[in-house]
Amino acid sequence: MMTEPLLQVKEITKLYAANKGCANVSFDLYPGEVLGIVGESGSGKSTLLSCLSARLAPDSGTIQYRNRAGEMLDLYGLSESRQRQLQRTEWGIVHQHARDGLRMGVSGGANIGERLMATGERHYGNLRATAEQWMSDVELDTDRIDDKPTTYSGGMQQRLQIARNLVTHPRLVFMDEPTGGLDVSVQARLLDLLRRLVTELNLAVVIVTHDLAVARLLAQRLIVMRRGEVVETGLTDQVLDDPQHAYTQLLVSSVLTP
Amino acid sequence: MTSSPVRAGYNFAYLDEQTKRMIRRALLKAVAIPGYQVPFGGREMPMPYGWGTGGMQVTAAVIGHDDCLKVIDQGADDTTNAVSIRSFFRDLTGVDTTEETEAATLIQTRHRIPEKPLHEGQILIYQVPIPEPLRFIEPSEVETRKMHALEDYGVMHIKLYEDIAQFGHIATAYAYPVQVNGRYVMDPSPIPKFDNPKMDNSPALQLFGAGREKRIYAIPPYTEVRSLDFEDHPFEVQRWEASCAICGSESSFLDEVVMDDQGNHEFICSDTDYCRTRLAQQEERA
Amino acid sequence: MQTMIEVEGLTKVFTLHNQGGITLPVFSGIDFRARQGECTVLFGESGSGKSTLLRSLYANYLPSRGSIRVRHRGEMVELTGAPSQTLLEIRRETIGYVSQFLRVIPRVSTLDVVAQPLRERGVDQVTAHQRAGELLERLHIPQRLWSLPPGTFSGGEQQRVNIARGFIVDYPILLLDEPTASLDQRNASIVVELIREARQNGSAVVGIFHDAEVRNAVADRIFEIAPGDKTQDKAVS
Repeated sequence: MMTEPLLQVKEITKLYAANKGCANVSFDLYPGEVLGIVGESGSGKSTLLSCLSARLAPDSGTIQYRNRAGEMLDLYGLSESRQRQLQRTEWGIVHQHARDGLRMGVSGGANIGERLMATGERHYGNLRATAEQWMSDVELDTDRIDDKPTTYSGGMQQRLQIARNLVTHPRLVFMDEPTGGLDVSVQARLLDLLRRLVTELNLAVVIVTHDLAVARLLAQRLIVMRRGEVVETGLTDQVLDDPQHAYTQLLVSSVLTP
Repeated sequence: MTSSPVRAGYNFAYLDEQTKRMIRRALLKAVAIPGYQVPFGGREMPMPYGWGTGGMQVTAAVIGHDDCLKVIDQGADDTTNAVSIRSFFRDLTGVDTTEETEAATLIQTRHRIPEKPLHEGQILIYQVPIPEPLRFIEPSEVETRKMHALEDYGVMHIKLYEDIAQFGHIATAYAYPVQVNGRYVMDPSPIPKFDNPKMDNSPALQLFGAGREKRIYAIPPYTEVRSLDFEDHPFEVQRWEASCAICGSESSFLDEVVMDDQGNHEFICSDTDYCRTRLAQQEERA
Repeated sequence: MQTMIEVEGLTKVFTLHNQGGITLPVFSGIDFRARQGECTVLFGESGSGKSTLLRSLYANYLPSRGSIRVRHRGEMVELTGAPSQTLLEIRRETIGYVSQFLRVIPRVSTLDVVAQPLRERGVDQVTAHQRAGELLERLHIPQRLWSLPPGTFSGGEQQRVNIARGFIVDYPILLLDEPTASLDQRNASIVVELIREARQNGSAVVGIFHDAEVRNAVADRIFEIAPGDKTQDKAVS
């Protein structure tokens, strides 16, 4: 009755030192599902995300990904060139700091067009039209298409980064604290945008955040990490409303509600 | 015993034999993988970087007693750089030199490809300042090498895209990137894009030497060299309204020359040998 | 009448790890059934665990012991220990839940908030908006508010938006946690109508109603959670 998982993670371990990194993480991710990874700084969230997105080989464990053609691929059994191909076609990676995910030296339009050019689009007019379409989809003023991202505000840069990733219609997007460092009002707008895009494009998302409100808004399921280990998993509202582990209880009870 | 044609105290073509072997091994690898940048142990040459030390080391490694050498700088045989390099090799090898393109077996060049078609057996040696075509967008050498290895060339079109977005057309006029043999993207050195089509399926062997960056790359004879472009903004070479003020050529690459303090100017062929040959033919006919 | 929910030996104990590990037992050994086309009212003193039971039925709270089975796609499915995907699917198709408070999402319009459960089931926007509009109209939310996010609405208005959202899909199981708590007489009677309609359409409704009048108007059965473990399940005559 259920569709097959998009991502199968089995006992992933990547440790820099004891309790530094992530250990024994396993989960399945299904198409269209949003999985939140929460935990405090240094709990191994970002390490795990790097492993999942083929940017950091784990010490042990396997990650399998089902591609568009329906083949189950062993991520770290693939050549680096196939890994990159996945990263720029079927996946998206949204970094916390937009400058890590954008080319700051070239225009917004070129940033959006890069993935298309990398996958063989050779028609300037089409690239331009697609870039304009995506700019308006992420609520950027299309008049800014030829401006460099250095002239954009933080929120605009983050939206440009999202457009740049979604232009190849990925099926799976990795996000590392996408709203971190933004003003609250800007955060709300970005979250709403993400929520809309996730539903409209049926994206599967793995989102790392330390903001439980962000997790509640976007994620259907949560993984709670502490000192590199998963301490609790479950439906987002269940984990947040009836936390079982001492650490999750501490995390939930520490949040200020205005 | 006849006196050596090489100046006393120097090895033939300046470099020692082991160095020349090392460079030739790099050249063989470069020819085997068209467009791929091969690192080599570049030596100090008796002139500063930027004056063609890379091209000179390649020339020194391939030049033999039977060769006939031509050296051009911006198409001209008579500029300081061309004259000094030519006399350097005449002094340290004793080989013949020439200004005629068709007579040369080796042509070392900076910034131009001769107008006259090259033929089989000739070797064209380019002086290269920056060999890495991806450098403008990716400062890390580790990353650019990886991008080449993985054929991750999406960024190359970004530059052309930016040109069109900014100027309405591809404004890149020099060092216009090419893809060699359908694989490696290559910087053809700062030749005008006017010369790019001459690289494609050329009967001559083309060698590129970058002295400061210590890289060698090559295009073997009859290899496809394609200039990157967009479907709706195809690659185009420069055209001039004017013709050469000396020989009247309408199809060669022209340099603008300011004639006086009033700002009057003329256009003349940048390739001096080509211009001279055309002039001689015209006089003969007349 | 088909059994839609079957609870056996349900026990819930909260353990507060950060308060010295003290345990708060809520209820233990509860057996409970809800049937198709019936409205079961959970009854009991404040703190007896009515809400906890209701939330457990929605898999929002995790049972400490016991089993909760619901009829999903024609078969009884165990909620405790079920994979998240199954739970999400059950929530999407089988169980609707109206909480006391609306969780407001910034910048999302009232119409979209209400239409969302239909959209998640793949209904097109026009149809979903039309259905949402009908419900909002019945619940006396003026049309001029529909395009606004409900964040600035009054408590009663938010509650009605929440109810519209809960009733927009004909869920086979509908869980209601004090849906009429902050409503006036006129709107409370609309909710009573909605519950009766849902029941007639074959929903198994389980609810907590503080208001005796509403409770009497909708209850087919009363399930009383008493302190200790003396629970009672009786039909309303």
